[in-house]
Amino acid sequence: MTRVAVVGAGPAGLAAASAALRAGAEVTLLDAAAATGGQYWRHLPPSRPAAREARLHQGWRDFTMLSRAVARHPRATVIAGAQVWAVEPCAFGDRAPTLQYAVGDADGSDRDVRTLSPDALVLATGAHDLTLPFPGWDLPGVFTGGAAQALAKSERVAVGERVVVAGAGPFLLPVAASLLSAGAEVAGVFEASPAGTLAAGWASGAASVAAMPHKLGELAGYVVGQLRGRVPYRAGAGVIAAHGIDRVEAVTVAALDADWRPIPGTERVIACDAVAVSHGFTPRLELAIAAGCALADDFDKLNPAGLDGLDPAHFDGLNPAGLDRLNPAEPAAPRPWSRFVAVDDDQRTSVPRVFAAGEVTGIAGADAALREGGLAGWLAAGGDPGDRRVAAARRRIARYRGFARALDAAHGIRPGWTDWLTRETTVCRCEELSYGRLTDVLEATGSRSIRALKLATRAGLGPCQGRICGRTVESIAAARNGAPLDGVVIDRRPIAAPIRFSELARLPHPEERHEP
Amino acid sequence: MLPPERDPIAPAAPEAVTIIVDGIPVSGVAGQSVAGVMLAAGRLAWRTTAAARRPRGVFCGIGVCFDCLVEVNGARDVRACQRIARDGDVVAFQDETLPGGAA
Ligand SMILES: Cc1cc2nc3c(=O)[nH]c(=O)nc-3n(C[C@H](O)[C@H](O)[C@H](O)COP(=O)(O)OP(=O)(O)OC[C@H]3O[C@@H](n4cnc5c(N)ncnc54)[C@H](O)[C@@H]3O)c2cc1C
Ligand code: FES
Repeated sequence: MTRVAVVGAGPAGLAAASAALRAGAEVTLLDAAAATGGQYWRHLPPSRPAAREARLHQGWRDFTMLSRAVARHPRATVIAGAQVWAVEPCAFGDRAPTLQYAVGDADGSDRDVRTLSPDALVLATGAHDLTLPFPGWDLPGVFTGGAAQALAKSERVAVGERVVVAGAGPFLLPVAASLLSAGAEVAGVFEASPAGTLAAGWASGAASVAAMPHKLGELAGYVVGQLRGRVPYRAGAGVIAAHGIDRVEAVTVAALDADWRPIPGTERVIACDAVAVSHGFTPRLELAIAAGCALADDFDKLNPAGLDGLDPAHFDGLNPAGLDRLNPAEPAAPRPWSRFVAVDDDQRTSVPRVFAAGEVTGIAGADAALREGGLAGWLAAGGDPGDRRVAAARRRIARYRGFARALDAAHGIRPGWTDWLTRETTVCRCEELSYGRLTDVLEATGSRSIRALKLATRAGLGPCQGRICGRTVESIAAARNGAPLDGVVIDRRPIAAPIRFSELARLPHPEERHEP
Repeated sequence: MLPPERDPIAPAAPEAVTIIVDGIPVSGVAGQSVAGVMLAAGRLAWRTTAAARRPRGVFCGIGVCFDCLVEVNGARDVRACQRIARDGDVVAFQDETLPGGAA
């Protein structure tokens, strides 16, 4: 029997597990969070069930059906609180990579350390918020949209009493809606892209968007049903500074042009006790990179028919050179904002037996994640590729790729945002690196090496390992000195999560590791 | 936190947990994160950064930014937003000032 491991129990991972079970596999589903559901279906814990939980979610029925079916299946093992902290590629290529994971209290010192060597692996690790820096964004009371969302959904805690929501993308609307449902006042929702960009962007994907009435209906539902009349919404505006001594007390909002440059004279100060800001999402690539999977930095190359032409042996995990290989004309302008795991039409990565699905492969929302997960799980388990559902899933996924492209055209980050930075603005929160110091180093060295830049400025060397600042730093460096030349991918993190020495000491011996 | 009777999703009656934050008992609800308990009690920041000695608390809320680190029951560097609060947990704040640093 094929043994399939799935990392991530969000929409993509749950769908993958369920499809793999349907195809007859034995499935292990791992997620670091305390419950399944991923970012999309965060919910109150079982000790505090809500009678009307469904009100906070789209597709809550899908979740309850999927999670029950998987949890009760005799061939399934679902482990929550399982932090995968390392992935080791299989030396002989006859198996999927080995997973190292720790089960127990988050960051605890006595977790149970385990390994798993499956026949096939589905990576469904999702994404986290991408929040661009602005003056004052390191003040307490400034949150990502995801933080506001997570605390409202899984704890019913509103991050403030009067909250400003800002950034870019349709995600701002559910953030505002759940803040309202948790009892907060939302002082306004500010979308950076101006109305013209939004219209042109969505029109560029008209065919694929029109094919998805459900998705558009969902957005319209939020605006009309929950927010209209209660929350002011403005396109072409953003939070360009947060003010306060030891906590946020107000923000400055300004109109932004089509390049997201603040328009002088339009600034306005809004009093608030919290801000929730998200400019998009960053995929969690570290496990895929450790497994040796190729990456792609362009929508058209995300799904390259030419993936077969790549020599998988080339991706040795040391330097995931997928970027250069997929894009031999480098260094063209890199697109750090849209770098994902490259997959083919079957959600296969460049590494044999490794599949990827959901937001690690592109940002297209939970419906796309569900479809991709289903396809990946079915094929990972050795399901029949000729099954008619496979062809249907491929068609749907192709349409979602169009949707992802339209989403990026409408809401994607524009280069003018750096105009709202000051020399004092913190760029790397962990190492407290300022924008002034970063640009001084870039100017003094003319460096086009990410490695040298990290060592000189310490950007990305703190505890978050560049998860928050990495892409920002990369894009500032590329804009000033040209595309980096050293091929270092800032998302490479061989140790994906902190592990304590006391736990390492208990790791099973290598000869015991190939447990059944 | 919204009282359950006013909450539109009607959660079940909460079961209380009490944690000791910097020596002071703080009550929360079973299943909440350590960060959620502190935020609901009106505490926004609990860590002090090494260089500029600035206050920090929750930023990302989902375990990726490491801004919310606290010491729990004697173990340092625990992400408060990821750790589920247990009755009696002892939470201490982390001051990251380096010896000889600005203080
Ligand atoms: C905080 C947050 C809230 C969101 N809320 C909404 C919303 O309300 N509405 C909406 O339309 N979109 C929302 N989104 C967008 C959302 O990410 C997607 O639409 C959807 O959840 C993507 O599904 P996925 O399965 O690809 O990934 P996710 O749902 O992100 O699931 C990935 C899972 O992988 C797990 N994981 C990652 N790395 C590891 C590891 N090393 N070890 C173990 N487990 C790991 C994570 O814990 C997570 O549960 C939100 C995003 C974020 C970041
Ligand atoms: S708030 Fe980011 S890790 Fe806890």
